Amino acid sequence: MKPAAFEFCRPSTLEEALAALQHDDAKILAGGQSLVPMMNFRLVRPERLVDINNLSDLCDIRDEGDAIRIGALVRHAQAAASTELCGAFPIVTEAMAHVAHVAIRNRGTIGGSLAHADPSAEWPLLITLLDGEIEIAGSDGTRIVGAEEFFFAPLVTAIEETEILVSIKLQKPTAGTGMAFTEVAQRAGDFAVVAAAATVHTKNGLITRARLALGGVGDFPLRMKDVEEKLEGMPPDAIDEAIRGCADVLEPNDDMHASSHYRRSLVPTLASRVLKQAAIRAAGVT
Amino acid sequence: MTNETNITLTLNGEKVSAKAEPRMLASDFIRDVLFMSGTHVGCEHGVCGACTIRFNGKTARSCLLFAAQLDGANVETVESLGTAIDMHRIQKAFRKHHALQCGFCTPGFLMTVSEILETLPLSTDDEIRDALSGNLCRCTGYEHIVRAVRELVDERDGVPA
Repeated sequence: MKPAAFEFCRPSTLEEALAALQHDDAKILAGGQSLVPMMNFRLVRPERLVDINNLSDLCDIRDEGDAIRIGALVRHAQAAASTELCGAFPIVTEAMAHVAHVAIRNRGTIGGSLAHADPSAEWPLLITLLDGEIEIAGSDGTRIVGAEEFFFAPLVTAIEETEILVSIKLQKPTAGTGMAFTEVAQRAGDFAVVAAAATVHTKNGLITRARLALGGVGDFPLRMKDVEEKLEGMPPDAIDEAIRGCADVLEPNDDMHASSHYRRSLVPTLASRVLKQAAIRAAGVT
Repeated sequence: MTNETNITLTLNGEKVSAKAEPRMLASDFIRDVLFMSGTHVGCEHGVCGACTIRFNGKTARSCLLFAAQLDGANVETVESLGTAIDMHRIQKAFRKHHALQCGFCTPGFLMTVSEILETLPLSTDDEIRDALSGNLCRCTGYEHIVRAVRELVDERDGVPA
């Protein structure tokens, strides 16, 4: 239960951090709430640990007018308390309440959660739902990866070993958009068995645009595009019809927390809940 | 790789310096190098909450921090609260309500309670239970811990007993 020996680097600029990653076996330490347990178990034993907590440029949430930019080192608790972020995306407050516990939310970061890419985690689901743009820095400059191209497999993302996730950009929703998040977990703060999140935009009582994303049912969060298309132009009453059978194509894992069958059976229930709640919020009734 | 680094921090209001190798966890550093053994080490993977400290004012699992990360930080451990003779009001409430039995989890609970009393409304017992859900206690069944925190919240909010 003690980590193997490593070399510790504490860069104070992005350039220094990128230089420190030019090594055969280096890992980035952000909040450490997933990496350090894995190091304590010796599931991971990097030769070099690059602690990026001193990169103060990565700690802010910025309102850029039509978008919000979230620095990779923004902690879960900081995100949940941010008026800029949660004013535009109230779903963040709702989702962060499900992330572990107070002390973990004080340390864990959005960048770390995305880079770790647990299929049940809340940030990957939110970024998938909201079509986030992930900014990744490397020695040749920065590149932008859309949420749908970012996740490859459980714990595997588009970030190369010598790159650093620096920020996430979320386009603000248009007026008349409601959002909702829910999940089923065995205990408060546990990883979700299944999580669901939706945004619904309505006009004159009809859905003009709906988005539905699910966590815990695949290798990474999934957008349910069929359901989204079916709901376009429909009244909120059509939600249950639109999600009928949507879980049939999913092949969730069996594990110690839940069977594949149980996970699949949760999908219509949770999808229905978040879509209906988002539609109610879109209509301005909380 | 035993290259130790110098770590200087403010621990419970006092500036201290000591050496540790990079892989040393903050929990072990606090207990075995700084000799503050109030912080307990339970699961060592961030689940049980026994090692909770306040790191720059905010609660953190000291088993998920490296000692080297404490350099320049302000750290508070359970020893910052009170002594056996002069107990902190949180400790008094825990004693009054029998909110501990074996005491292993207690330092972590006390540090969590010290933060949530400052940051959360805690207007319902459900909210108290949720805020304490990151600390595990295998003796009390939590009921008495919730009662102690309820009294502290009422005292904070000026609710008559």
